[in-house]
Parts: sequence; structure tokens; C-alpha cells
Amino acid sequence: MAAAAAAGPSPGSGPGDSPEGPEGEAPERRRKAHGMLKLYYGLSEGEAAGRPAGPDPLDPTDLNGAHFDPEVYLDKLRRECPLAQLMDSETDMVRQIRALDSDMQTLVYENYNKFISATDTIRKMKNDFRKMEDEMDRLATNMAVITDFSARISATLQDRHERITKLAGVHALLRKLQFLFELPSRLTKCVELGAYGQAVRYQGRAQAVLQQYQHLPSFRAIQDDCQVITARLAQQLRQRFRCALPPAPSPICARLLAVALPCVCFCVELLLALGEPFLAHARGRLEKELRSLEAELGPSPPAPDVLEFTDHGGSGFVGGLCQVAAAYQELFAAQGPAGAEKLAAFARELGSRYFALVERRLAQEQGGGDNSLLVRALDRFHRRLRAPGALLAAAGLADAATEIVERVARERLGHHLQGLRAAFLGCLTDVRQALAAPRVAGKEGPGLAELLANVASSILSHIKASLAAVHLFTAKEVSFSNKPYFRGEFCSQGVREGLIVGFIHSMCQTAQSFCDSPGEKGGATPPALLLLLSRLCLDYETATISYILTLTDEQFLVQDQFPVTPVSTLCAEARETARRLLTHYVKVQGLVISQMLRKSVETRDWLSTLEPRNVRAVMKRVVEDTTAIDVQVGLLYEEGVRKAQSSDSSKRTFSVYSSSRQQGRYAPSYTPSAPMDTNLLSNIQKLFSERIDVFSPVEFNKVSVLTGIIKISLKTLLECVRLRTFGRFGLQQVQVDCHFLQLYLWRFVADEELVHLLLDEVVASAALRCPDPVPMEPSVVEVICERG
Amino acid sequence: MEDDAPVIYGLEFQARALTPQTAETDAIRFLVGTQSLKYDNQIHIIDFDDENNIINKNVLLHQAGEIWHISASPADRGVLATCYNRTSDSKVLTCAAVWRMPKELESGSHESPDDSSSTAQTLELLCHLDNTAHGNMACVVWEPMGDGKKIISLADNHILLWDLQESSSQAVLASSASLEGKGQLKFTSGRWSPHHNCTQVATANDTTLRGWDTRSMSQIYCIENAHGQLVRDLDFNPNKQYYLASCGDDCKVKFWDTRNVTEPVKTLEEHSHWVWNVRYNHSHDQLVLTGSSDSRVILSNMVSISSEPFGHLVDDDDISDQEDHRSEEKSKEPLQDNVIATYEEHEDSVYAVDWSSADPWLFASLSYDGRLVINRVPRALKYHILL
Repeated sequence: MAAAAAAGPSPGSGPGDSPEGPEGEAPERRRKAHGMLKLYYGLSEGEAAGRPAGPDPLDPTDLNGAHFDPEVYLDKLRRECPLAQLMDSETDMVRQIRALDSDMQTLVYENYNKFISATDTIRKMKNDFRKMEDEMDRLATNMAVITDFSARISATLQDRHERITKLAGVHALLRKLQFLFELPSRLTKCVELGAYGQAVRYQGRAQAVLQQYQHLPSFRAIQDDCQVITARLAQQLRQRFRCALPPAPSPICARLLAVALPCVCFCVELLLALGEPFLAHARGRLEKELRSLEAELGPSPPAPDVLEFTDHGGSGFVGGLCQVAAAYQELFAAQGPAGAEKLAAFARELGSRYFALVERRLAQEQGGGDNSLLVRALDRFHRRLRAPGALLAAAGLADAATEIVERVARERLGHHLQGLRAAFLGCLTDVRQALAAPRVAGKEGPGLAELLANVASSILSHIKASLAAVHLFTAKEVSFSNKPYFRGEFCSQGVREGLIVGFIHSMCQTAQSFCDSPGEKGGATPPALLLLLSRLCLDYETATISYILTLTDEQFLVQDQFPVTPVSTLCAEARETARRLLTHYVKVQGLVISQMLRKSVETRDWLSTLEPRNVRAVMKRVVEDTTAIDVQVGLLYEEGVRKAQSSDSSKRTFSVYSSSRQQGRYAPSYTPSAPMDTNLLSNIQKLFSERIDVFSPVEFNKVSVLTGIIKISLKTLLECVRLRTFGRFGLQQVQVDCHFLQLYLWRFVADEELVHLLLDEVVASAALRCPDPVPMEPSVVEVICERG
Repeated sequence: MEDDAPVIYGLEFQARALTPQTAETDAIRFLVGTQSLKYDNQIHIIDFDDENNIINKNVLLHQAGEIWHISASPADRGVLATCYNRTSDSKVLTCAAVWRMPKELESGSHESPDDSSSTAQTLELLCHLDNTAHGNMACVVWEPMGDGKKIISLADNHILLWDLQESSSQAVLASSASLEGKGQLKFTSGRWSPHHNCTQVATANDTTLRGWDTRSMSQIYCIENAHGQLVRDLDFNPNKQYYLASCGDDCKVKFWDTRNVTEPVKTLEEHSHWVWNVRYNHSHDQLVLTGSSDSRVILSNMVSISSEPFGHLVDDDDISDQEDHRSEEKSKEPLQDNVIATYEEHEDSVYAVDWSSADPWLFASLSYDGRLVINRVPRALKYHILL
């Protein structure tokens, strides 16, 4: 053991060996005794003490160990120890045994007294319990007796108790019945006295019961009576309510309203208590208004004018709505946001129906031409709705009204645009008729300039009228004119872009459509109309567009926040349209003359023709037509620039062989030696002349237009001549014809060289296409032409 | 890389007739017929040496009359047909005949030009297309894919189908049809469709285009008022069977789908005078050539209505990832119809243009003053189409 080891080197130094040892050894000894007890009870020392384990507990040589084996121990001693030590051990052992014996005796003595007293106590307890048992038995018998008695008493009282309960129930029922039977008279009395509150409370109490027992005839009768009385009551209440809310509002009424309000509140409260919702009642009244409005709309066209209609709607419906809203807010302010929400929904619903009616009425107005009435009506409509709008911001009535006004304004703009287009097309139809008519009278387009002026002024006046009509929407005194839409978008996007720019676009498109028309042979559109339209567009480009737009900008004070189409774009479009129209005009007219020339070349037998005596009639016709075109164009377009002419140009004798240049050009054809020279010379000559673009765009002047037409005609003549074969006289006829053309056509064109060049080519080609080219003497040609 | 300059060749006489030597697929060779009332007319066989940019010519005499139309047999290099004017007793009659050129010229012998002009050879007449009953011949067209045995000729208002027999020495009228109507109806031009097994022919008279079935010689479609004025020429798209192009005196070129004749598919208006000729490229039908009497030749890229609207499609097997990407890119490119080039080498009206039968990138144009210009498709475009 550790303790033993600490005490001395020998294992035998137990506590017993020195009873008179120092005081410090006392705990040591006690622990040892405990240890032995523990050993006895089978608890290991280590566990009990929590100390580190000493020598192996299984060591058989350990005296205090559980596995001590005396034999082994003796053996060990005998073997290991010398005799002296054995002797010591023996005495030591004997001493220890004695000490242990005495310890044991002490313990037994100490505890003996305790055992005695414990035994005494137990004996005493035994006696006490026996006494208690007897008393308990007695208690049990007493309890049984009590229970018996109690049961007997209950049984006796039961019958009577039941009877009392029943009687009490009957009493209560009878009281209720009495109340019910008295109810009608009480109600009547209350109504007579004006104690509506009391009456309503009574009714409220009785209603459920009556409802439940209505299958019994007597109760049924009471209920019926009550209902009659209640109806009367409600009637009276409504009467008062109506009196308090006069249907035709006016400033005086408003004041009255203020006075009557508490009364109304009271009524309403009572009505509410009677289960009649306030709003439902109000709805009934407003719906009546709406119905009367709808009746005014009617299926028949002679409805009252729009102003009257909006007035009616404004005073009837909107006024009513205002009152309802005011009253409601006064009454139910306590209901908080939920109540306001209800009211807003109510106003929204009825409002939307009202708007639908107003829109229907306004739609009927769309076709009409009178803007001022419409604007005034809209103004009133809008103004009226501002009051409920302020009261019921949540219902968005004012916004909706503004929207309607905006929509109407937009539709109005569309209507005006449509009107302008129609006016333009009408003008065109007039022009067509005017163009067709004078032909019959035999005069050649006498009033093209006049027609143009008419068309221009009529369109302009239409535009101005539209602008003036639309301008009403933005007048200062109109209530909605200060809305952002009417200050900004309406002016810039609506009027300027939508109406004016839109019209100019559509005008250009309409005009251009004449160029694309399938009637390429010129049958569909009279050329004069093309010319007139072209001039119209050109005028627009130069002045009218900017004038109209300036007018618009001034009238409408267009603000700059929206991108607007610049004047230059429109001008460019108009110019392009004018150019296309004019080019198309040139094509159409050129084609007419071309067809004449072509037929004249294709249908003639040039080989067996006779010697020319005259200019062919078709050439005269060409010159006539060209002159007519010249006059026509001259009415609308300026003269234009032409190249300086040599003084003798009109006298120029046209002949294939008149000039040395042409001599050089054609003479070699007859000398078979040098066929190459022909080409060479003609090619060289061509190098110095400009290429002629036949169908080229034209300038905006008369000369350019006619140059275009003549170019087209002469090029056709050239190509047709090249497809034919000419006899000698055929060539001479061509020579005469060309000279004639030259004589009359030079004056129309910008550069007379061009006519010379083309006609030279014609004659040269004819000469090439002739197997026997003997030209006519220039003097003879001249004579023939002058005679023709 | 600069494009090669155009090669210009001058004829001594006026000329309107031009054709490639259709049966020749190796050498670039054009035939040009002249118009002269005073001298013997000629057929110039023009060989173009692409590598050296040199023209070799051989001249054949065509003594029958001035040539208005010429066409080469698609089967036999030596055979060609002409429409020519014969003037007699103050009467002009346009006849048609099939000719054979001397053997040694068939494949373009390389005699020096001086030599050949001095010893002009004559064409051997194979047969006349007898038109005494039918009027003036406007043009002769060969069956495009056949063995050179069938030709169609247009004479006034008749359309005549001929069988050439006994090695083309005899022309037998196989069938015919004629146009009936008010006024003098006259065919101006016709083309034989290479599609539908060569059973369709289209003709133009006045402003109308008509399609004919050669088996029954009946009309199969009719485009009334195809042009505002006279229709001058037409051509079939070689790759899209229902598409044809027409041109006329209204300066327009129109593209038609013959299944819907009410509206042209596309209209071009680039010329400033009558358009006399329109030709599809034989391999790349987006290339359209037009010649006009405004002395210009215009090459247009009509890619949107071509058989390759999305550009050249890469073959499946050589699509690598990269190429895939590239082809995708290409398909996104907006391919727009446009004028590729305007050729202004001519000084006079251009009455004939045509592509070479051997080199798809090369074409010739002929103006009235006898100038033949050989041009190429711009290289950049060529590579764009090919790659």
C-alpha cells in the first residue's frame, strides 16, 4: 500500500504497532481501518480512495490484498528473508493480529448500544400502528353511513327541483312572447313619437326571432306587421334624407346641405342600421341620372346638341356624385382608408359609365364640322369634373376626363387631316374636269396658271380653316388648355407633325403615285395634271411649306422638347416630288411624240417611196404638238437658260452634205477603198460630242422640259430609222423631214447643237441604211420645207 | 489587284449580231455578223487569247445579205444560223439559213489577221429555212441541250419548229403556230428554255411575253404588258427553271416568275434608253448583263433572286470549324442586288451583249458602229462569288 510505504520501509509497519505513536498518524490509521472494511465489502481500495493504485492488487504476497495466499507469502518469506528478519516478521505479525482483535472488540462495543435503542424504537412503533388501525376502521364505517344518508336526501329532492327549473323557463319565454306581441304597437308608437332610434333597436332585437319562427301563423302575423311598420319607417327616413339632400344642387343647396347634414347623418346611420347601404341608395339615384342621359343619346339622331348634353350630365350626374362623395366623406371619415377605397371604387365605376356615355355622345359629334361647340362642350365637361376630381383624387376622375378630352382632340386632328386630304383630292378632281372640259371647247389648256392658283389657294384656305378650328383647343379660356398635353404634345406632335406635316407628306405621296401609276403609256393621268402638280410641289418647296409651318408655329407656340420635322426635309421631299412629276411628264409627252414618229417610220415602205414633194404630215404634227407642249409648260414654268445662239441659227440650212464636216463624214462611204475611215471619222467626231442621256432628269424650267421631250423623240426616230432599209427617195424624205424638224425644233431646246447632232445622226443612219444613197440638193430641201 | 482593261476590236461595218460559239467550251470565241448594204457582209470569228490579251480574227464572207441575227449550234462548232436581209426589186425580205464554216476555222486557226483578211473564205450553205409563206425572220434559236437538230425560228407572227435532217442539209418544218389578233403582230425575239427537257420557248411580241410548249406548239403562259413599250429581248435563268428576264423600250429590265405573271419579281431601271439585250451568266445566274442604246453595258448582281441567294454554299465535306464560322458569317452578310459595273467603252448604241461559252467571267458587247468590246467580271466580285 502507498500509505504503508510512506510510513516505513517495511510492509509490516501497520497502525497497530504503535498505539502511542504521534498524532499525525491518526488519520492514517482510520483510513487503513476503512480500507479493510471496504475490502471486506468487496470494494477495491483504489476505487474508493481514488488514489493511484499501489502494488498489484493481485499480488498473492500482499497481506492486505484480496488475493493473499498465505502459503505463497510464507514461502516467499522463507526463501527471501534471513532468519532474523523472519523472527521480526513473526513478532510483528503477532502484534498486528492482536491489535486487530482489540480493534474489533472496540467496534462491537461501540455499536451494541445503538442496536439496542433501535430495537426499542421498532417495538414502540408496532404498538402505535395497531391503535391507528382501529381508528381507521371506525372512520370507514362512519363515511359509509354518511353516503347512505346523502343519497337518500337527493332522491327525495330531485322531483321538486325539476319542476322549479321548468317553471323558470316558461316564465322567460312568456316574457319574450309578450314583447313580441307588443312589438307592433310599440313600433307604431315609436314611429309616431319620432323615436326612430328606439324603433330601429326594437326591430333589430326582434328580427332574428321572427325570422326563425315565421312558419308559425301567429308569429308570421307579427312579423308582417313589423315589416309594414319598418317599411313605413324606412320610407319616412328616406323622405327626410331626400329633403336634406335636394336633388338640384346650387350654392344655396350647398348651404342647406350643411345645415341638413347632421340630420342626414342621422338618417343615414339609421338606414345603415336598417341594413340599407348608403352607397347603394346613392347609386340608385345616380343611375337614374345616367339613364336619363342615355335616353338623351337615344337611337334617333336629333339628340340635343352636345353642349346641352354635357350640361345636363354635368349638373345631374357630376353634381350628384359630388354630393354623395361629400356626404360620404363627412359621415364615414371614421372608416379610414377602407371607406375611402370603397367610395373611390364606387365613383370609378359610375364615373366610367358616365364617361362611356359622354364618349358615345362625343363620337356622334366627330363627323360634324363645328369645332367651337365641341370645344365648349368639352370645356364644360372638363370643368365640371374638377370638383369631384378634387374630392375623389383616388378615383382618378379628373385624369380620365383629361384623357377623354385628349382623345377627342386627337380624333379631331385625324378628322381634319382626313378633311385636308379629301380637299386635296377634290381639288385634283376639279382640275381633271377643268382640263377635260376646255378640250371640248377647242381651247388648249387656257387656265393652267389659273387652275394652279385655284388649287393652291383652296388648299391653303383649307389648311388655315383646319388650323383655326384646331386652335380652339388651346384657347386661354378653355379649362383644359393648360394641361401639359395641350401645351406641348398637342401643339408640336399633334398639330404640327400630325396635321400639317402629315398633310404635306400625304400630298407628296399622292402626287408621286401619279408617277408610278401603271398607265405607263400616259393614258391614266393627263399630262397637264402632272405638270400642274409638279409646279404645285415646287411652289410648296420654295414658299408655301415654310409659310404654313411658320403660321403653325406662331399660332401654337410649339415648344421644342419634341423633335419636329425640319422645314428643309419637307422642302426636299416636295422638290423631289416635283422633280419626279416633271420627269414623268417629260417621259409621257416624249412617249406620245415617239409613238407618232415610230409608227410613221415603221409603217412606211421606204424602198418604194416616191421622190419627196412635201414634208410628211407627221412631222408637222410633231412640231405642232411640241409647240402645244411648249405653251403648256410655259404657263407654269419659267423660260430657263439656253445656250447663246449663233445669229444665223434659224437660217441654218440643214443638209447632210452642207458642211465640210459632214462631207468628210459621209463622202468616204462611196469610195470603197477606205471603209475604215467612215468609222474612224465618226468615232473621232463622237469623241468631241457629249454623250446624250436620253431619259435624264430635268431642270425646273421650260427649256429643260422641252429639251427632254425632244431628245426622247429624236432618239426614237434614230433607232427606228436604223431598223429600216431606205431607197434613194426614202433617204431624201428623211432628209427633208429632218430639215423640217431642225427648222422648228431648235428654238425649244437649251442647246441647239443637241438637235443638230441627233438629226445628223438620223440622216447619217438613214444614209447608211440606204443601198443607193443619193442625197437631195440642200436648196431643194429648203424649198420643200419652206413650202410645207 | 487591278482589273484587266477591256479589249476592243473594231469592225469595218455596222453590226448588230453577236453570239458566242456555243459548242466551244475551251476557247473564248465569238461570232459577229455585220450589216452593210453596199458590200459583202462578213462573219468575224473572234478568238480571244485570255492569257496574252490578244484577239485573233478570221473573216468569213456572208454574201447572202446583211446579218440581223446570228446563233451558233450548241452541238456542232462549225454550224451556225443567221437571219439576213435580202433586197430585191425594192423589196426587203429577211430570210434565215443554216451555214457551215470551213473546217479549219472551226477551232480557230491562228493565221495572222492580215492573211485572213486577204483570203476571206466563204460559208457553206447547209439549208434555207423556207419562209416564203411566213414572212420576215426575226430570229433563230437552237435547242439548247440537244444534238443541234432542232431549231425554232420566229417569222412575223409565226413560230416555226424545224428539224434539221441529213447532217443539217435539209430543214423540215416540224410544226408551227401563229399568233392571231388585232393588228400586225410580230415577234421580236425568242429564247429556248434550257429547263423542262427543252420543251419550252418564250417569245416577245410588242409588249407581251409568251411561253410555248414545243411538243404541242401551244401557248402555256402569257405576260401581257410585260413592259410599257416594246419588249426587245428576254433570257431564261439557267439555274432557276421558272425565272426569266426581259428588257424593252421602257428602259427597264424585269425579272419574272412564270408561275405568277401578274407582277415582275424585280425591276431594274438603270439604263437611260431602250434596253436591247439581256443575258444571264451561264453559271452564276446572279450576274445579269444588259446592253442599251444609251451606249452603255451594265453588269448587275441580282443575288436576291438568283439560285445562290446566300452566296456560294460550302460543300459539306470541307466544312471545318473555321469554315463553318465563316460560312455563317457570310450568310449574315446582307447580299444586295446592285449594279456591279457600267461599261462605257461604246460610242454608239449597243445592240448585242453575250457571255462567253468557255469562260464564265468574260463577256462581249457589240455596238452599232462595229465596236466589239470584251470585258471581264471584276476580280473582286469573281472571288467573292467563288470563295
